[in-house]
Amino acid sequence: MRILTIDTSAVASAAVLSFDLADAVRSLRVEANFATADTRSHAEVLAPGVKSLFEDPPTEGPALDAIIVGTGPGPFTGLRSGITMARTLAFTWGVPLYGLMSLDALAQQVFDTPRYDAGRAVAPLAVREFVVATDARRKEVYWARYSAAAQLLDGPHVGPADAITAVQVFGAGAGLYAAELTANGCEVDAGFAQIQPTALELGRSAVRRIGAAGSLEAAGLLDTTPLYLRESDAKVPGPRKRAL
Amino acid sequence: MNQSNPLILGIESSCDETGVGLVRGTQLLTNTVSSSMDEHVRFGGVIPEIASRAHLDAFVPTLEQALADAGVTLEDVDAIAVTSGPGLAGALMVGVSAAKALALATGKPLYAINHLVAHVGVGLLDESIAAQAADLNIGAGALPPNLGALLVSGGHTEILRVRSIASDVELLGATIDDAAGEAFDKVARILGLSYPGGPAIDALAKQGNAKAIRFPRGLTVPKYMGTAEAPGPHRYDFSFSGLKTAVARCVEGYEVRGEEIPMADVAASFQEAVLDVITAKAVLACKEQGITTLLLGGGVAANSRLRELAAQRTSAAGITLLVPKLSLCTDNGAMVAALGAQLVMNGVAPSDLDFAPDSSMPVSSISL
Ligand SMILES: [Zn+2]
Repeated sequence: MRILTIDTSAVASAAVLSFDLADAVRSLRVEANFATADTRSHAEVLAPGVKSLFEDPPTEGPALDAIIVGTGPGPFTGLRSGITMARTLAFTWGVPLYGLMSLDALAQQVFDTPRYDAGRAVAPLAVREFVVATDARRKEVYWARYSAAAQLLDGPHVGPADAITAVQVFGAGAGLYAAELTANGCEVDAGFAQIQPTALELGRSAVRRIGAAGSLEAAGLLDTTPLYLRESDAKVPGPRKRAL
Repeated sequence: MNQSNPLILGIESSCDETGVGLVRGTQLLTNTVSSSMDEHVRFGGVIPEIASRAHLDAFVPTLEQALADAGVTLEDVDAIAVTSGPGLAGALMVGVSAAKALALATGKPLYAINHLVAHVGVGLLDESIAAQAADLNIGAGALPPNLGALLVSGGHTEILRVRSIASDVELLGATIDDAAGEAFDKVARILGLSYPGGPAIDALAKQGNAKAIRFPRGLTVPKYMGTAEAPGPHRYDFSFSGLKTAVARCVEGYEVRGEEIPMADVAASFQEAVLDVITAKAVLACKEQGITTLLLGGGVAANSRLRELAAQRTSAAGITLLVPKLSLCTDNGAMVAALGAQLVMNGVAPSDLDFAPDSSMPVSSISL
């Protein structure tokens, strides 16, 4: 199988992955990958980035088995640029389209990173329940709690970091609020205090699920409804303010 | 690519309308619009985040519908055009992302175009205007020479001079604060009328006396106007925020005095104050700038009093007034496609995939 993944919940990113369904995780090959460092240039860089993954998008695109897009949570405008891109590509190429929660990408990265003891990899870093968090701006984080096997336990949530207590916290949201989290009995691993969700890790998470389920359809992937978690700021106007 | 009679797909998402239009040269094939207006009613104005969310969900269905209505496929399309500004930043972003996706998925060229200039381009599609243009001896699929445009909507209020739709458009005047349509919405709220305010005020004003209350005409005093020889700083510009405040004070005055508010008179007098300035300044600009044909665009073109005043004053000044049908005046994808076709036919280079939408894109920038 060959899939295109896109995530714009924080940085702008996209990747093309291929794998054999029978042995998905071990056969996974990253064919092409692109990710920005910054979180504010999606409109400019996403389309050239996706284009750069292919030699000839109009012929390679329709041959993809699926497009999988991160559905957030993430800042709205950036998040929509990726979902719009994914929906439009899927429509144009006639390719099946799925969504996956963007925080799953962070959980996957935490899960995949070995812990070293005296230079020897001993176990996945996540040896117990953990939380991943990203910057939700307005002094808040998007966060979710995962099992040691990187299965979602609860979330996604949006709120102040001080709502998270007594757990290992990973991701750029943890780095931003390290002091508050530590005061709450959390551990913040400096090596994971800047990481952002990316299409590459989102793809790894998707491939793990697809491999475990034996097919795309059974993998429990989502539709592409964005996880805004916040209403628009609009307020229904109250009684008229007096001008006099 | 067919450069002499190109099939263009146009995408519009600068405000609350998701539009996809298909145009072949100057022939309108389809104009599909999905509006989120209903979702803004309870707020009394367009909420950008709500509009952006609606664009995301409306885009692919609107595209699908437009292709089906026109009986064409994406393969048939020669180029894609999209509004890259001016407009609401988050809303523009959705249309631009979608357009870039279409361009990269199909390998077709993409044109990032100016929304305001597209409002003028729509004049090429309207049959009645084409007929008028033929009368003026201009030939099919061309715009008249010495052309100006008056654009009045909820998002913008401008006077343009169009020397060449593909290469030379100049901003003569614009609002310095609220758009005219926005003023209608705000005053409708003050009067307790429904959103959108334009149709509600237009209807109520018909029963009122437009001379009952003398509301201020923004930027019309000599220090702003100057003279034709020595123009002031805002000779062709508009301002509506002071007018809105004046209406609020007037209404409160009746309330404080315990008098019944003469709703129809307030609506008529307010509407007259807006449209008097708009039409007077547009005609003034035409006369002083050698404009002989004025094209009306934007959603406020639906206002009956605007059409009436514009017709009276242009005809008195010997100016030809062109009013496209309303479905082409309001924001739509066909106007974007029409301008895109002009750019292709004039050999303008397409945009790179890395442009950013520009919420304040100047009219001098016809494409990016
Ligand atoms: Zn408009």
